[in-house]
Amino acid sequence: METKNIMIVGVGGQGSLLASKLLGYLFLKRGFDVKVSEVHGMSQRGGSVVTYVRFGDRVLSPVIDEGEADYIVSFELLEAARWLPFLKVGEGRIVTNTQKIDPMPVIIGAAEYPENLLEKMEAAGAKVDAIDCVSLAAQAGNIKAVNLVLLGRLSRYFDIPDEEWQSAIEANVPEKFLEVNRKAFELGRAV
Amino acid sequence: MGCLIMKELMLGNKAVARGLYEAGCCFASSYPGTPSTEVTEELAKFTEVYCEWAPNEKVAMESAFGASLAGRRSFSAMKHVGLNVAADPLYTMSYTGVNAGFVIVVADDPGMHSSQNEQDSRHHAIASKVPMLEPSNSQEALDFAKLAYEISEQFDTPVILKMCTRVAHSQSVVEIGERTVPVKAYEKNIRKYVMAPANAIQRHPMIEERTRKLVEFAEESPVNRVEPSSGSRAFGIITDSTSYMYVKEVFGDSVPVLKIGMVNPLPVRKIQDFASSVDKVVVVEELDPIIETHCRNIGVEVSGKDLLPICGEFSQNVIAKALGGEVHKGVSLTEQLPVRPPAMCAGCPHRGLFYVLKKLGATVLGDIGCYTLGAGAPLNAMELTLCMGASLSSLHGFNKMLGAESEQKTVAVIGDSTFMHSGMTGLANIAYNQTNSTVIILDNSITGMTGHQQNPTTGFNLRGEPAGRINLEALCRSMGYERVAVVDPYKLEECERVIREELAADSPSVIISRRPCALLKYVKKKPSLRVDKDRCRSCKSCMRIGCPAISMKDGKAEVDATLCIGCGVCSQMCRFDAFDLSKGTMFQDPSSRINPALEERLGKEA
Repeated sequence: METKNIMIVGVGGQGSLLASKLLGYLFLKRGFDVKVSEVHGMSQRGGSVVTYVRFGDRVLSPVIDEGEADYIVSFELLEAARWLPFLKVGEGRIVTNTQKIDPMPVIIGAAEYPENLLEKMEAAGAKVDAIDCVSLAAQAGNIKAVNLVLLGRLSRYFDIPDEEWQSAIEANVPEKFLEVNRKAFELGRAV
Repeated sequence: MGCLIMKELMLGNKAVARGLYEAGCCFASSYPGTPSTEVTEELAKFTEVYCEWAPNEKVAMESAFGASLAGRRSFSAMKHVGLNVAADPLYTMSYTGVNAGFVIVVADDPGMHSSQNEQDSRHHAIASKVPMLEPSNSQEALDFAKLAYEISEQFDTPVILKMCTRVAHSQSVVEIGERTVPVKAYEKNIRKYVMAPANAIQRHPMIEERTRKLVEFAEESPVNRVEPSSGSRAFGIITDSTSYMYVKEVFGDSVPVLKIGMVNPLPVRKIQDFASSVDKVVVVEELDPIIETHCRNIGVEVSGKDLLPICGEFSQNVIAKALGGEVHKGVSLTEQLPVRPPAMCAGCPHRGLFYVLKKLGATVLGDIGCYTLGAGAPLNAMELTLCMGASLSSLHGFNKMLGAESEQKTVAVIGDSTFMHSGMTGLANIAYNQTNSTVIILDNSITGMTGHQQNPTTGFNLRGEPAGRINLEALCRSMGYERVAVVDPYKLEECERVIREELAADSPSVIISRRPCALLKYVKKKPSLRVDKDRCRSCKSCMRIGCPAISMKDGKAEVDATLCIGCGVCSQMCRFDAFDLSKGTMFQDPSSRINPALEERLGKEA
């Protein structure tokens, strides 16, 4: 199978590492070669962060380049727009949280948070699933579960049985957060 | 029945740790530095291996050398700039050689994701005449760590395993094995280990002979391998490290490749033979032209930096663009999007102190750590960041030349871990050569930027067990500093008063700004603040501290309850008492405000 590319983007501290860990586990279990590439350190401090997940018969490069992502899973709206150039033109899909987090230039009044980003991304040819993940995560019982809502939505595009997703969640989420995360996944899968 | 092969998706740094463990490593001493930190953290999860954080890389490397001398396989890890600090022992350890195997990890950071420069550590290997291996994925990271010990003992030399961000912080599939522990006895050997001139003169030719033998190893070993192609012979590629993966991504098996796994010393015949099998050779390597220069030195004509960039990271598109592969393109929005630079966290104890320094118009000479973010907008309260410890040493030179006027408005800021790393000697210089300097130690009781490692001031060791603790106040006083003040950076008035006093004082002073990192699990969080919309006059005073939890919504300040930990610095900025400290709510449980990414990596810290 040709290598598939999933990018997970967001703001440092939003929990993208759990999402990539879970996907890596899932695809490895399915017998694929997998690479997951992340960035630690300075860029984690509230900056724009990106994690690359690649799977297929033989995965070579650890990173995803411009025009290569089959999916961009975004924890924040502006970040989805920022990484748009990495989406496969005409084919790629963005699954994004509609939450807006002001970056420092906006906080200090040096820039405006861009308007109508969803419409602009669609006009640029991207297929976009926009979900209010914070509300769904709150409904599940913890706003930190945004990552599982996003994965739930993403799961609809993969022909993978629900049990496999469930066992990936079980293997990667601490026992005490399991119920909340399961529920968040269900809610994301259902929207 | 076939034997069970354990396959795991493993971070490159964890794979190194696994390899060290399997090879029987007994001792590790390191200083944290992105992207090398996880090697030692992961190794510490094996209880059979003694692991510690040393105050700096030089001490770490020398401690590990001592363990090798004692006959146990030993290890030290650092980032690229850390090897500069440890270069002194490295260059002479090359002469003494080792007893039990000694492996050093150095992690480069092309693209400078978390570093102050983009230096290429391969130069150190060449200059110190120490062999260097370069893995390109996690399996090689594991295998090369084991091979490094073999080479170390066979050739009587320390061996460097060079990682880079993309190998260190990428997970790929590995197969794991069992641990075996070879042990050697210590034997007194003055001519080998006492590098006085008479002995070192004897050793140097032996090192040159060792390099000749290592070149023979490089010719024969599969660590440097030719991957032939069925296709065109128009050009062949010589490549190393993660660049190899990008090359294979672009060209698959259509181009012959010589993959270099040992970059020092490089083979000669193998490269010449490869070159003669193709019409043209291109060297694909990140940063400096190390392999390229070697090829020219041995009479092989190559392309390299004439086609490919010398700055920054490579990727498949970079290679494709330069060498004629398929370049993938995407679509971007036409408008310019606001950037999202990293910023101090909500509740960061550094924020209040930097605000006060900005308010006082102080000249701030900075150092390496989270607080380097003090240079960013809106605080812009830092004017120098060079290397570990440079803040207070350069403050001394700065004040010496500019005199009293500078002494009354210039400070050095340095974190607790950085101070233990290389600040003490600079502080000694101020005391000894006498400038009336003011040094601020930002004591957040942890090594923050690299993800919460303990240090000699915290009272805990790498595994979180109680350890020796150095008292900063006592240390400074013992150097002759009579003026040592401690302030709470959440209290702006107190900080301002003390900094004014110490800048005006007629003797050198140390101010310890003490408040633990807000991300530490044991730090008690207060309820989030809430803005009383009737009282808020939209003056934006609170925005001047650059807290990510505060934004303007519909013309009024608003606090993001999920980020705010109730530090109260913003409320001290407000002249209209708009911040309500009593009505706020604890959002979820206190731990919900800890950076989850960090928390996940630091699960052990609970």
